[in-house]
Amino acid sequence: MPPQTMSAKTDATIGVNGTAKSASNQAPPPMALPANLKSDLLNKLSLKSFKLKTKQQELLLRVSILFLVYVLAFITRLFSVLRYESMIHEFDPYFNYRTTLFLTEKGFYEFWNWFDYESWYPLGRIVGGTLYPGLMVTAALIYWGLRFLRFAVHIREVCVLTAPFFASNTTLVAYFFGKEIWDSSAGLVAAALIAICPGYISRSVAGSYDNEGVAIFALLLTFYLFVKAVNTGSLTWSLASAFGYFYMVSAWGGYVFIINLIPLYVLVLLTTGRYSMRLYIAYNCMYVLGMLLAMQIRFVGFQHVQSGEHMAAMGVFFLMQVFYFLDWVKYLLSDKRLFETFLRITVTTTVGLAAVALGVGTASGYISPWTGRFYSLLDPTYAKDHIPIIASVSEHQPTAWSSFMFDFHILLFLFPAGLYFCFKRLTDATIFIVMYGLTSMYFAGVMVRLILVATPAVCLISAIAVSATVKNLAQLLRTKSKVTQGGSSKAASGSKASSKALLDQSQPFQRNGAIALLLGVFYLLSKYATHCTWVTSEAYSSPSIVLAARGAHGNKVIFDDYREAYFWLQQNTPTDAKVMSWWDYGYQITAMANRTVIVDNNTWNNTHIATVGRAMSSYEDEAYEIMRELDVGYVLVVFGGVTGYSSDDINKFLWMVRIGGGVFPVIKEPDYLVNGEYRVDKGAAPKMLNCLMYKLCYYRFGELMTEYGKPPGFDRARGVEIGNKDIKLEHLEEAFTTSNWIVRIYKVKPPNNRW
Amino acid sequence: MGRSSSTVKETQALFQSLRSAYAATPNNLKIIDLYVGFAVLTAVIQVVYMAVVGSFPFNSFLSGVLSCIGTAVLAVCLRIQVNKDNKEFKDVAPERAFADFILCNLVLHLVIMNFLG
Repeated sequence: MPPQTMSAKTDATIGVNGTAKSASNQAPPPMALPANLKSDLLNKLSLKSFKLKTKQQELLLRVSILFLVYVLAFITRLFSVLRYESMIHEFDPYFNYRTTLFLTEKGFYEFWNWFDYESWYPLGRIVGGTLYPGLMVTAALIYWGLRFLRFAVHIREVCVLTAPFFASNTTLVAYFFGKEIWDSSAGLVAAALIAICPGYISRSVAGSYDNEGVAIFALLLTFYLFVKAVNTGSLTWSLASAFGYFYMVSAWGGYVFIINLIPLYVLVLLTTGRYSMRLYIAYNCMYVLGMLLAMQIRFVGFQHVQSGEHMAAMGVFFLMQVFYFLDWVKYLLSDKRLFETFLRITVTTTVGLAAVALGVGTASGYISPWTGRFYSLLDPTYAKDHIPIIASVSEHQPTAWSSFMFDFHILLFLFPAGLYFCFKRLTDATIFIVMYGLTSMYFAGVMVRLILVATPAVCLISAIAVSATVKNLAQLLRTKSKVTQGGSSKAASGSKASSKALLDQSQPFQRNGAIALLLGVFYLLSKYATHCTWVTSEAYSSPSIVLAARGAHGNKVIFDDYREAYFWLQQNTPTDAKVMSWWDYGYQITAMANRTVIVDNNTWNNTHIATVGRAMSSYEDEAYEIMRELDVGYVLVVFGGVTGYSSDDINKFLWMVRIGGGVFPVIKEPDYLVNGEYRVDKGAAPKMLNCLMYKLCYYRFGELMTEYGKPPGFDRARGVEIGNKDIKLEHLEEAFTTSNWIVRIYKVKPPNNRW
Repeated sequence: MGRSSSTVKETQALFQSLRSAYAATPNNLKIIDLYVGFAVLTAVIQVVYMAVVGSFPFNSFLSGVLSCIGTAVLAVCLRIQVNKDNKEFKDVAPERAFADFILCNLVLHLVIMNFLG
């Protein structure tokens, strides 16, 4: 149509600054129409009509970059699906998968009121009230949505691909967050960095159907919405952040981080004199609505008003009211002296009341102290001494430097650089990201698992560093050309010419330096991308339930023993059989073998786990009594002696002893060690050589040749020949051993007839 | 002796100037202040009742108190946004502020009704 091509032609002539002018040159004069038509046609056919305004070019670039980053984040997590198959990884995801299956089959009402009698026999577990439903509900909604559109997907496919999908969404949120904190180019870099960062990939790879996959998206979304609310002071953004917080609470227990970081941030703003009405609106709306919404999750319950971990938020809430009140009185009073009197009275009464309330609450026990899991973050040595179950989880160990380098690569030194830039331009938003970065890095140093929480902060801050640096360098490149143009067009006075000449002399060095530094930055970023892809491919894409190794001729050998054993259990045991194993395998057994287990990964009852630990570490007769009490039909152990698999039950045995010994003093750890050393060969302690776990793992192993040139009964995982080769079982019999001896199942024999 | 009388005089002057300054606030803000006062008073009455009777359905008690506190806080936010003397909120139309207030109250009371038990 004539007006459109007209404006395109004017833009082509004006060039970069065509925004204001094009609006005024809309309709051509009527008598000029025929002549313009001809030129319009020519313009349409020529390339000039394809030239977009700069703003449109920029928008196109941004949208295409975000789209590519979105796709990249999804496909880089698909290694294990391509190499093995589309299956759920590890241990915890199997429980999530089983509950999602239950939800899609039986509906919300049954799910909410589900009492699971198939785990923690004979206690059972109230599933509806002891899980975080966010992940399951999300996957179920996606599943129902796809089904509604007549895509015949299986719920397992949806579960496997939920985490990569939400990782892609996280990159979008990171873009908007970066735009809020710094500018849109920092947002783009942040999105690109977080798409491939190994710290995040480790828990969101395809098949890792765990709470963190969804929770990190919810965390970043809540933070973004809150910072947006503080920046704009609008009630709708605060409401949105309350809903984001609700999603986070429904998804992961790590929401405690949010409910402590945001009050801490508000406190920092208050003490640095940045109190404002926008902060008041944002925090109060988010706190009240967020707290109410969070209490709708049964697992969280009344913790927001009763638990010590949530008291900081309430304290800051009351503090904000005081601040607002003082601010209002100051505005009302014109006399400064009167206000100071008022201030004194108010502050003393408030502090007094707060101290009294806190003291009474804590002393009477109404406000419960910090729970062990979170207390061990403040005091890392606490778990080792008091709660061995928390200390035994490998993810709860302190982080080594190599883990930081492995998971962050160049972001590790870009993080301090970004902090420097943030401190140069301090606004409410940059203060927030600095606090998020520092607190999350501290916690990441205490526990390996929490590197995941630090990853978005590190990516955002590093993105600020990268974006600001590249912008400065590119500006150096551009100013040189501008100055030469100016210098050549102006035939000015002598002094001006000489100063320009001086400037021209230093320009080439600056320009070359800028080009060299830019090339360096691009080199670093490309190395980062290579490292991330390598790490994802080699380290974080193994399903843990299927093991792979290189055979003698370099071919890939797959060990599918776990699923073989669970399938055998499902097919060859009565449906009400109870299986006793260490708690690691509980979720997998209930999900895949569909049998009742004694303990599983939920680890909510320490005494029950200690009972199993005691049974595993006792002599066979005592263990048989315990097994009869618990109605155990089958015992499952994991043994890596034939394949060299090192995460087997013999290596975990000392934790069984410790946890069992923590509740039953009859189990003493020194009984199983020789001079403080843990051995399984001839020099091992006699209790070790005759305990149930040893017997079950090494039954008939003494006859097996595992390696050429070594004696029979050579344990490849420990690298020694075992001590007790002649094992006789009295109350159990071997039911099944998988093809690589990784999983061994024993049947518990009924008691002998009396005579 | 002299000091205490001067502090008494100071507090009296304080209250007098507060009262006179408050009388000068516009009427719409005074209505919002009245609403906030009413909500807080209701919350206090509920807490006193709980202290007398006991807190057995704790979720009901919490939902009652939090609905009062919540609506009071939201009304204060409305007051901030509607007050013509606040420079930061000059370009927020009072209708928009009121619509936000209504929306947040709607969400608040829906959640309260779910939580009431």
